[in-house]
Amino acid sequence: MMPDLGKYSFAVLGSYAASAVLIVVLVALSFWQRARVKRALAEVEARQGKTDD
Amino acid sequence: MRALLSRDLRLAIRSGGGFGLGLAFFFLLSVLVPLGVGPEGGTLGRIAPGILWVGALLACLLSLDRIFALDFEDGSLDLLATAPIPLEAVVALKALAHWLVTGLPLTLLAPGLGVLLNLPPEGYVWLVLSLLLGTPALSVIGAFGAALVVGLRRGGLLLSLLVLPLYVPTLIFGAEVVRRGAEGLALATPLALLAGISLGAAALLPFAAAAALRVNLR
Amino acid sequence: MSIWEYANPKRFMQTSARALPWVVGLTLLCLVVGLVWGFFFTPDDFRQGSTVKIIYLHVPSAMMAINAWVMMLVTSLIWIVRRHHVSALAAKAAAPVGLTFTLVALVTGALWGQPMWGTWWAWDPRLTAFLILTLFYFGYIALWAAVEDPDTAADLTAILCLVGSVFALLSRYAVNFWNQGLHQGASLSLDKEENVADVFWLPLLVCIAGFVLLFVTLVLMRTRTEIRSRRLKALLARERVA
Repeated sequence: MMPDLGKYSFAVLGSYAASAVLIVVLVALSFWQRARVKRALAEVEARQGKTDD
Repeated sequence: MRALLSRDLRLAIRSGGGFGLGLAFFFLLSVLVPLGVGPEGGTLGRIAPGILWVGALLACLLSLDRIFALDFEDGSLDLLATAPIPLEAVVALKALAHWLVTGLPLTLLAPGLGVLLNLPPEGYVWLVLSLLLGTPALSVIGAFGAALVVGLRRGGLLLSLLVLPLYVPTLIFGAEVVRRGAEGLALATPLALLAGISLGAAALLPFAAAAALRVNLR
Repeated sequence: MSIWEYANPKRFMQTSARALPWVVGLTLLCLVVGLVWGFFFTPDDFRQGSTVKIIYLHVPSAMMAINAWVMMLVTSLIWIVRRHHVSALAAKAAAPVGLTFTLVALVTGALWGQPMWGTWWAWDPRLTAFLILTLFYFGYIALWAAVEDPDTAADLTAILCLVGSVFALLSRYAVNFWNQGLHQGASLSLDKEENVADVFWLPLLVCIAGFVLLFVTLVLMRTRTEIRSRRLKALLARERVA
């Protein structure tokens, strides 16, 4: 299944790995920020008794 | 307007600091580079145009945050904003004052440092000319950066992060003029482009800087 | 029904909430199909060998790195002219995404350049311009982070984005002038002569679509987060007053 990358396997696999790491970090960060803000907002809205939106 | 210019010049000279500091930094850099690179004349002569331009640029950067910060703190910037002269003109004048106390002295000092760095003799005219044409752009771009960060307490480091990328074209064309001059190549194109950047920046950036100042004074 | 309706944060939240699952699904579909196709089912190039597979990451991320800045420029202009908060927040949300794509393009380029050009890095105009673009992203993000008042921050970063665009363009031409290029020409120009071969072209197109969609997904999601955090701040401020 795995294609034969020959002598360039480090470059190809390294590229895919490095890109995956960078993009996953960004996505994880976005999700983490989203969760944090969402939780804080829900808390404040519940405290103030506002649920519109 | 003349009163504002002379006031800024007097403040810059009297408050010490900014005026001499940039020059001293420029001098120190030109002493340190040969110490780090080694005394071999050919190498030094080849990197001299770039070192002198980078040095001038960094020396210029040192005093940028003073362009508006002092006036912002004591409230005179608010007065200037409501004064009959447009804020754009105030920005242009302040950039001019900054150039007169940093860019111009740096330009005059540069040939002396060229000697230290073993700049080839053909390069001196072009070194002075390129700095004369390019340092106004550094001051105007710097004034724009200073206007962006004027309200911030720790704007100094942020200012260099914002301004240095904007300095790239000026640096490239400026150093290119000197390098070509030193090697005796044709240099009309980079010289014209350098002058173009200075003129364009001087004509347009005061508007952007004034807009940023108005936002910060709101 | 005009596009300006989405300038209303509430309206934007409703619509984006409905659209987001679809966009996410499409993003995953395109990325998986494009990358699997490119990685497993394309032949090696006769000159570049298997390193040609890096193109499926390098070209789309490089394209989006530039397009993200253009999108920030457009949304900044909309903010300056029409003062729509969603627009300013979208620009803020796009910056880290653009920065990440720029880094992906630089890293994959370095990894490709090592075996092909024999060096990780060359001061080639395109490479240099990308490095400068990274600096612009850093400055823009730092300015957003440094200014406390959100409207002031939006104004200042919008001005920086406009001026920065002009200087980024100038830098691009300056570095062209300053050094000869090592980098190959456009891989996707309409001029067929220098285009990549068809076997690589189709999966590359899918990958580009995937990266565009990934950008849209992340910007939508991050803009929603920014809107929520703005609302959070407003509610907290009201609490303090009461």
